[in-house]
Amino acid sequence: MRTAHEVNTGELPKRAEGLLRDGHRLALVAAHHDVDAVRLVHLFVSGPPDTRIELHVRLDPARPEVPSLAHLSFPAGRFEREMHDLHGIVPLDHPQPRRLVRHFHWPKGWYPMHPDAGDPPAFGEQEGPYPFLEVTGDGVYEIPVGPVHAGIIEPGHFRFSVVGETILKLKARLWFVHKGIEKLFQGRSVAAGLPLAERISGDTAVGHALAYCLAVEEATGTAVPEQAQCARALLLELERLHNHVADLGMLCNDVGHGILNAHAQRVREQLLRLNDTVTGHRLLRGGVVPGGSALRTLPHPAQLDAIGDDIRDIVKLALGHSTIHDRFTGTAILRTEAARDIGCLGYVARASGLAQDARIAHPLSPHGRPANVPVHTSGDVLARFLVRAEEIDASLALIRELRDSVATGPVLGPAPAAGSGPRSGVGLVEGWRGTIATRVELAADGTLARVKPVDPSFFNWPALPVALNDTIVPDFPLTNKSFNLSYAGNDL
Amino acid sequence: MNTVGYTAIVLQVGAVVAGAPLLTGLMRQTRARLEGRAGAGVLQPWRDVRKLLRKEPITPVGTGPAFRWAPPLLVATSLVLAVLVPLISTDTPVRGRADLIVVVSLLALGTLALALAGLDTGTAFGGMGASREMAIAALVEPTILMAVFALSIPAGSTNLPVIVAGAADQPARLTSPAGLLAIAALAVAVLAESGRLPVDNPATHLELTMVHEAMTLEYAGPDLALVEFGAQLRLTVLLGLLASLFAPWGIATGASLAAVLLALLLAVLKVAVLGMALAAAEVFWAKLRLFRVPELLAGSFLLALLAVTASYFLGGEGGQ
Repeated sequence: MRTAHEVNTGELPKRAEGLLRDGHRLALVAAHHDVDAVRLVHLFVSGPPDTRIELHVRLDPARPEVPSLAHLSFPAGRFEREMHDLHGIVPLDHPQPRRLVRHFHWPKGWYPMHPDAGDPPAFGEQEGPYPFLEVTGDGVYEIPVGPVHAGIIEPGHFRFSVVGETILKLKARLWFVHKGIEKLFQGRSVAAGLPLAERISGDTAVGHALAYCLAVEEATGTAVPEQAQCARALLLELERLHNHVADLGMLCNDVGHGILNAHAQRVREQLLRLNDTVTGHRLLRGGVVPGGSALRTLPHPAQLDAIGDDIRDIVKLALGHSTIHDRFTGTAILRTEAARDIGCLGYVARASGLAQDARIAHPLSPHGRPANVPVHTSGDVLARFLVRAEEIDASLALIRELRDSVATGPVLGPAPAAGSGPRSGVGLVEGWRGTIATRVELAADGTLARVKPVDPSFFNWPALPVALNDTIVPDFPLTNKSFNLSYAGNDL
Repeated sequence: MNTVGYTAIVLQVGAVVAGAPLLTGLMRQTRARLEGRAGAGVLQPWRDVRKLLRKEPITPVGTGPAFRWAPPLLVATSLVLAVLVPLISTDTPVRGRADLIVVVSLLALGTLALALAGLDTGTAFGGMGASREMAIAALVEPTILMAVFALSIPAGSTNLPVIVAGAADQPARLTSPAGLLAIAALAVAVLAESGRLPVDNPATHLELTMVHEAMTLEYAGPDLALVEFGAQLRLTVLLGLLASLFAPWGIATGASLAAVLLALLLAVLKVAVLGMALAAAEVFWAKLRLFRVPELLAGSFLLALLAVTASYFLGGEGGQ
């Protein structure tokens, strides 16, 4: 399953290059401040067959420097910038040695994830100029938008360089919502970590909770009963359903066709109420627990059929409307090569022709695999709409299939034998946005020593500006909604 | 002049002023009900006006007279339009001044004032909205002119009361090819001029897609109330003009108070029905891609041009 290799800093680029060449992707990079060294864990995964390979590198805590992998993999470059901002680890020869996560009012030299960081300091003087790349030329002007927006959405600053109405360049500056989640995990008990995992990104409660539980279970050696495995797969699909339905409606709303949004939100409300009866929480919190699952009731097949019919109606009406079809088609195309280079995940990747799906690559159990993974190749808003619409059908079919193998009430495996020494585990889950990776290390006393969750938004955000090149400004909100990336999950 | 004429004007302006927010409320309510929502009620726009008037006015730093004067100017031009356009009577003391070209110029003046205010704020959104609005206006104003010209040829005058009175006398003019083409052209132009779907989405919160709303983003309090009220007045007057030109039945042509009162009732009814029909149609429409809007407007201009041509060559009587 998972193999770990100790490598020294000099070997790292060569080993990473070999793994990437063999079809692995970099899923996660986590830094650890051990007593005697700074330890980096690079997690490479591929599947099927489910393969997880870790490269562990030890650095000198006095001078934590590591050769950059940015020239091998774009996500690696982003992870390195994140590590630099949070841990003070310097990637050598990084092509973009600029801050990424760092809030510009944090004092210079303060690294929030460093063991000596202490409490967050008062906001200081703004750190140095950090100019936007200026596009010059005849008639080029800039439109700054956000971080406070006219609608109720998360904060992000977007800087458009525009000529006429055509976008020449978009720079998205996010990172306004750092909550210190990784730090908050440290020292908690496994049970106390669960509520935090459920809140990493509010709409992905099941996805993050499940990735966390899988990692913890691997670390503690807990066996999960098959019924609980199926219950978890079922919850994951319920979460996909309510989020995808809402997105379909909001995509219609963004082109001014409010009635389909009204109906999509009606269906979403039905699903949220269904969620409430299933787990006792509208956003499905509490259904996944370490060691198993806890469901109250099961969704009724007739109700699912009715919801499925409703959604198919909405999709049919949307695609049958010539103006909507025209607005979706050819808007903000993300080409397959670009999606692959950026390392896109989830429906964004699948709409650009990459059949990425952790339910196939890293299955939880023999159950819970979708019969088909919808893939489109056009990479436009229409493709992202269609992938969602088709995934809803696949999810409904899967829920119907799983329903018979699930029990209500707490289903828990035998409590694990109290382990000793530091242990680690990894969870890979296909959340509704894409593959979530969480890596957990337990301290000797069984508390959480380090939890590193990675939301698919972290991989997908850089794809948004790429897709928007040569798109017109009024199509930005539509494109943004078709990606629907998380700000909270991106900025832990 | 006559007392009945003055009464007609007072009634007309009163009805437009009181009714404009109600019309918007009615349209929103219609839309909400058709979408299966409860809706805020017909009176909501009046409540919004009351709320906004209680707030303090805020002027952004660096703005000048263009920003300051645009809201009163917009409302003033709309009010003058409400006086001039023959909605309930063609026999009013101002009928000599209710010329087509004056009406279109007043519309353009209001649009221009708001566009200048958008530019004056110096924000990216204001400028973006202003540039989009002017691009649309440049296509809309000639369409309105052309469409009404097509109707003025049989009447032999660009005076609106004369056109309306003529059409009321001879309804056959409206069902002529010229009349039908002009109706279609004018209907599209009115949609664009008043910022409705499929040209602009008045309900959007997405600042980057806005046209009309983008220019007014910096307004707050009483100024915002004026801007919104002005937009509501324009919509009401434009729908009223559409009703008067193409369904002139019941409009008072003489000096009878009873006829004026009946005409008032009918005008309110006509505008309400037109507004509800527009709101109902909007439920089934989606917003066009910005670059398709000129295609739509150019199409409506072509219809107007055809209407003029048809009315010139096919119009039998009264051409001189």
